Amino acid sequence: MNFEFTGEQLMIQQAARDYAQRELIQDVIERDTHSIYPERHVKALAELGFMGMMVSPEYDGSGMDTVSYVLAMEELSKVDASTSVIMSVNNSLVCYGIEEFGTAEQKEKYLRPLARGEKMGAFLLSEPEAGSDATSQKTTAEDKGDYYLLNGTKNWITNGNTAKTYLVIAQTHPEKGHRGINVLLVDRNSPGISVGPHEDKMGMRSSDTHSVMFTDVIVPKENRIGEDGFGFKFAMKTLEGGRIGIAAQALGLASGALERSVKYALERKTFGKEIAKHQAIAFKLAEMAVKVENARHLCLKAAWLKDQGKPYGYASAMAKYYAAETAMEVTTQAVQIHGGYGYVKEYHVERMMRDAKLTQIYEGTSEIQQIVISRELLHLH
Amino acid sequence: MNIIVCISNVPDTTTRIKYKPGNKDVDYTGVQWIINPWDELALTRAIELKEAGTVKKITVITVAKADAEPTIRKALASGADEAIRVDASPVDAWNTALNLAEALKNEQFDLVICGVESSDYNNWSVGGMLAEMLRIPSVSAVTSLQIENSKPIITREVDGGRQQVSIKLPGLLIVQKGIAIVPRIPSMRGIMSARTKPLKVVTGVSGESLIEIVDYEAPPQKSSCKIIDSENLEMLAELLHTEARVI
Ligand SMILES: Cc1cc2nc3c(=O)[nH]c(=O)nc-3n(C[C@H](O)[C@H](O)[C@H](O)COP(=O)(O)OP(=O)(O)OC[C@H]3O[C@@H](n4cnc5c(N)ncnc54)[C@H](O)[C@@H]3O)c2cc1C
Repeated sequence: MNFEFTGEQLMIQQAARDYAQRELIQDVIERDTHSIYPERHVKALAELGFMGMMVSPEYDGSGMDTVSYVLAMEELSKVDASTSVIMSVNNSLVCYGIEEFGTAEQKEKYLRPLARGEKMGAFLLSEPEAGSDATSQKTTAEDKGDYYLLNGTKNWITNGNTAKTYLVIAQTHPEKGHRGINVLLVDRNSPGISVGPHEDKMGMRSSDTHSVMFTDVIVPKENRIGEDGFGFKFAMKTLEGGRIGIAAQALGLASGALERSVKYALERKTFGKEIAKHQAIAFKLAEMAVKVENARHLCLKAAWLKDQGKPYGYASAMAKYYAAETAMEVTTQAVQIHGGYGYVKEYHVERMMRDAKLTQIYEGTSEIQQIVISRELLHLH
Repeated sequence: MNIIVCISNVPDTTTRIKYKPGNKDVDYTGVQWIINPWDELALTRAIELKEAGTVKKITVITVAKADAEPTIRKALASGADEAIRVDASPVDAWNTALNLAEALKNEQFDLVICGVESSDYNNWSVGGMLAEMLRIPSVSAVTSLQIENSKPIITREVDGGRQQVSIKLPGLLIVQKGIAIVPRIPSMRGIMSARTKPLKVVTGVSGESLIEIVDYEAPPQKSSCKIIDSENLEMLAELLHTEARVI
């Protein structure tokens, strides 16, 4: 047992912290208010190597471990979860999926620019009528011999407009149920793709969320990842890892809100003393700190298991579930501790509270995580 | 051109400083260590010049024990090519300069750059002492460094204005804010390559401190700020008179 980070892990944490505290902070309120995509930051983070953090250097990635990824996600999310979700989708869903399951040619063509962060990727699983129940895919990828013909609509797609590479989950053999599903690498500029308007969201407003429509889009056969019918398994495997990213994002929202609350509670005075010296506030802070620390341990444990090549699905579901619930709770308390000031944009915590809500919903809702955890616990597979 | 950047390992600038009993020593438990901010700016400028092609090699040097190695690795990750650690605990500015001078006697360099002060002891001394010990010219209060035709073009701040100077090489610059704007954040490629960059450890010269610290005293707590509505100028005048007593 060893709770120490390596020198490199600490350096990455520091680099992410420096970038977040110096750069992301500058325009985070404005981008949230007007739903502006963080183009400059995505480019800068790509240059620093954050967009393909865990991809092997052989494919132009940074070759870092999942523990470093958790540390980086936490630091960036303390300031701006909208930017960190862009990073999370590109890293742990798109790059990971291609690197782990793609062919050498697919990696050469698609993974390299994604790992360098020159292009962003998107993961297209959810549909208007297939969210938690991802097996009921209505989007079809009809087998036409040497190509697939793609038709259907995907919903709520992060990086939906900005991505150049789509990983699309679609049904090829409806009679086989989820065993008939495939996953295809699709160029964003293929004829027949149209992107819906930017979603006007409650939180994560600076991230780019769209629906994406496919009408007779031709996708070459060599763009399928894995065997025929591997798509659903691909999605589930990839999401197992993706959850670590979102868990770390939720952790960052919670720990960022806690840091702000501690600072504020030591400054703000009521009834002749700092509010931190009122026990009601001090105990609230203690409660928040314990939860943040728990969430951090769950995230790091899941990341460590993944780095050791051990099964981590159960651990990542726990981390995602607990960190998301903690993020919601801690950010809500942070607003409470800030009083009226917490309710206005200038003090950041109201945005964090709105952002935190999404961590309980995407990449598997909290209820879905409870299903994953309880099934494993009860040996119900 | 080969540049040496002197870096100091200092507590993070947001550290809440505590003293050991007796108030003669700082209690460093739990402190996060960073590159001295002025040195970090100096290093950033050296890296910028290297990227522009006018500097060939950047070596960072520090006088410290092995626990400063994370800070040295960070400098390497940010873009320095090599590092030297002079294995000694610097006891005061004179001793630090002496250690640096001894180590640098064996090095090939054109320019040495020092930050104007370290953010922990704020002595403003090492740069000047080092130049004298090395018997090389030095320029202080440097706010800008360009290199053209292998010659440094140096801008320094003087009272109410700026001065441009040149210097005979090898020389030493004592740099301050303005030398670079935003300190370099190491990229992951940099972090990876720092693993294999050379870090040389040389034995230091021990020495007595010429200075004795008798007592530390924390600054008085800042009094709280009073915000007065911009419409309410009468109240402002009143308080400036009765409370602040400045008018
Ligand atoms: C901003 C944003 C970005 C997103 N980004 C992406 C993306 O990049 N790619 C992508 O593919 N998707 C993305 N999503 C979609 C997201 O993953 C889905 O919204 C999520 O999986 C929930 O699906 P749903 O919205 O259809 O809700 P539903 O599945 O309809 O769920 C409604 C409610 O019922 C609960 N519920 C459902 N089934 C059960 C059950 N069996 N037992 C108990 N409770 C249940 C849910 O937990 C939830 O509370 C994004 C969503 C948002 C809002």
